[in-house]
Amino acid sequence: MTFRETAVPESTGWRAPVGTFLLFAAGTDAGYARHVDTFGPLDVDSVGPELISVLEASGLTGRGGAAFASWRKMAATAQSRPAGILAPRPVVIGNGAEGEPLSFKDKTLLAEAPHLVIDGLLAAARAVGGSQLYLYAGPSNFPALERAISERPAARGIRLAEAPDRFIAGEASAAVNAIATGSALPFDKRRRLSESGLKNRPTLVLNVETLAHIALIARYGAAWFRSVGSAVDPGTRLISVSGPGPDQVLEVAGNVSLGEVLYLSQIDMANVTAVLVGGYHGRWVKPLDYKLSISGPASHVVRPGAGVFHVLPAGYCGLETTAGIVDYLAGESARQCGPCMFGLPAMAGVLNRIAYRERDPRLVRELERLGRLVAGRGACHHPDGTIQLIGSALDVFSDEIKAHLAGTCTTVNGRAA
Amino acid sequence: MDEALWAFGRVSGFVSLALFTFSVLLGILNRSGRRLLVLPRFSISLLHRNIALLATVFLGLHVGSLLLDSYAKLNVIDVLVPFLGAYRPFWQGLGTVALDLVAAVVVTGLLRHRLGQRTFKAIHWLTYAMWPIALAHAIGNGTDGTGKWFLVLAVASVAAVGGAVIWRLSATFLETAKAREGGLR
Amino acid sequence: MSRTLHIDWTKCDGRGLCTELLPGLLGRDDWGYPVARRGDRTDIAIGRDDAEAADEAIKLCPKLALRVVGGGAGSSGRPAGC
Repeated sequence: MTFRETAVPESTGWRAPVGTFLLFAAGTDAGYARHVDTFGPLDVDSVGPELISVLEASGLTGRGGAAFASWRKMAATAQSRPAGILAPRPVVIGNGAEGEPLSFKDKTLLAEAPHLVIDGLLAAARAVGGSQLYLYAGPSNFPALERAISERPAARGIRLAEAPDRFIAGEASAAVNAIATGSALPFDKRRRLSESGLKNRPTLVLNVETLAHIALIARYGAAWFRSVGSAVDPGTRLISVSGPGPDQVLEVAGNVSLGEVLYLSQIDMANVTAVLVGGYHGRWVKPLDYKLSISGPASHVVRPGAGVFHVLPAGYCGLETTAGIVDYLAGESARQCGPCMFGLPAMAGVLNRIAYRERDPRLVRELERLGRLVAGRGACHHPDGTIQLIGSALDVFSDEIKAHLAGTCTTVNGRAA
Repeated sequence: MDEALWAFGRVSGFVSLALFTFSVLLGILNRSGRRLLVLPRFSISLLHRNIALLATVFLGLHVGSLLLDSYAKLNVIDVLVPFLGAYRPFWQGLGTVALDLVAAVVVTGLLRHRLGQRTFKAIHWLTYAMWPIALAHAIGNGTDGTGKWFLVLAVASVAAVGGAVIWRLSATFLETAKAREGGLR
Repeated sequence: MSRTLHIDWTKCDGRGLCTELLPGLLGRDDWGYPVARRGDRTDIAIGRDDAEAADEAIKLCPKLALRVVGGGAGSSGRPAGC
């Protein structure tokens, strides 16, 4: 991670950070003074709808996982705002819920650089004409956020909403539901949230890392953002790295290679069985020449999702690990939608039978059949994300499956059959 | 004329109760998600609804004819407010209660799509109170209510509805109960 | 514009009425819940032949889990009739 400084547009007189050390440039636990010192002031009041076209030019996509173009969400919200003085103005929610056990980059960002997130929330609200602002995050982030909000009068209107510690709490409709009713369950979207979300107002839900990037793009512009990363996947992103070493948050350029992430994380390539990219709803890959990017052929590109990068060390059985994850995911079903409520435990059951070496060659086909049955049938992405994880495990650990069906396991942690 | 109204009032009350009993049984069967021999589920649903509506029509005729009948000494207030009647006010009051419950259940049933499932269901549950109250009214207030043939029928329908309710509360009630059994651990 | 039948999975309880009315469109899964035979499985395209049966399914669904989305008359996102 290098950090260089160069001159940026004369108009600001401030120096923009360059390279891939951006969001944490103000250091750890940055107060408002150091924040302004590092990034320069952001005149939020001068921000208007034109920020949306700047974001379009920047190519910023949501860093919460869905890789949806942030400007589109904002434009849709701004357009849904009915005319008239008494018409309800949009709600803007900064989503810092991080129920995914392997993800901690949003918590870290909120703890270390809360003012960047607040800048982004205020700027996004100005751009869409929003009036009610929320930060939805886990309770561990509250003290730092309360302190940061109290440091700046402009942020006083931001309300904190508590995100429960469960896997699906970060889903956009679950976030809206949690703020509205206190129960973080996804709901069936009769209309898009950008048309009708919290209290039937147009609602914009943006991940907190997205907001931090917006704060910087609002300062330094789209071209600056595009100076890192690739044309398809510009800018940087935070990733939560876990595995054999200590947990760490890295900021990497778009389209970074898996090898480089391993290098930056100081993980020896020889000590890697596979990497889970994107989290429990993500995909297992073996670290050949994959790149981490929002789009591209699946043979060479793996989507970063919510930025989870979990390394399975050599000697660990990917099937047992995945079976454990799917057990967890089945338990995290909100039990609202039948195919998820019954399909996920059924898939977890079959995968566990494979993982613990039941020698029945029909098990793989049964698992694939269940995946096809459940796919696309739920109010949220939970079943589909789980199916994607299982599919990648069947693919990446195919040799392991053959071994298991023969009653052996190629790894050392495999329990006795 | 009065004689005819009186007879008609009694018969229509009996028919209404019989139809409601049938509808209640179909409603419970419908809730299980099962078919009835060759009858598909949606037909059971339609039958449940239509028989209940027909029962309501007979209930209207039952009340209407007895209102007009001078022998029954029924007035409009008795139709709406229970336990004020001149003849066996308690048993007649039960009929009024049942009538009010039927009105609530039928109106919310017809407006189900507008009210939403939660309201509809909360009110629809009142049926489980309505049916025994209506039966008690028939036994206590009906001229033939304590007649042998009527009591035999009453016992049979209590057995049928009671059995259906016990079935409903059992673990294997839902058609899909077995398939779903392993899913929720 | 084509109409689609939307399944609200949070309400659906797999009672099976819709699958009887629309056998060409919907099958049932292991647990009784409807599965579209082809195409999108939450917003299911309704052909001309199935339009009437789809309206009937919406009316009769015991859980009010179905609604029509998009195109045509009587489809403003509200369930048709009652």
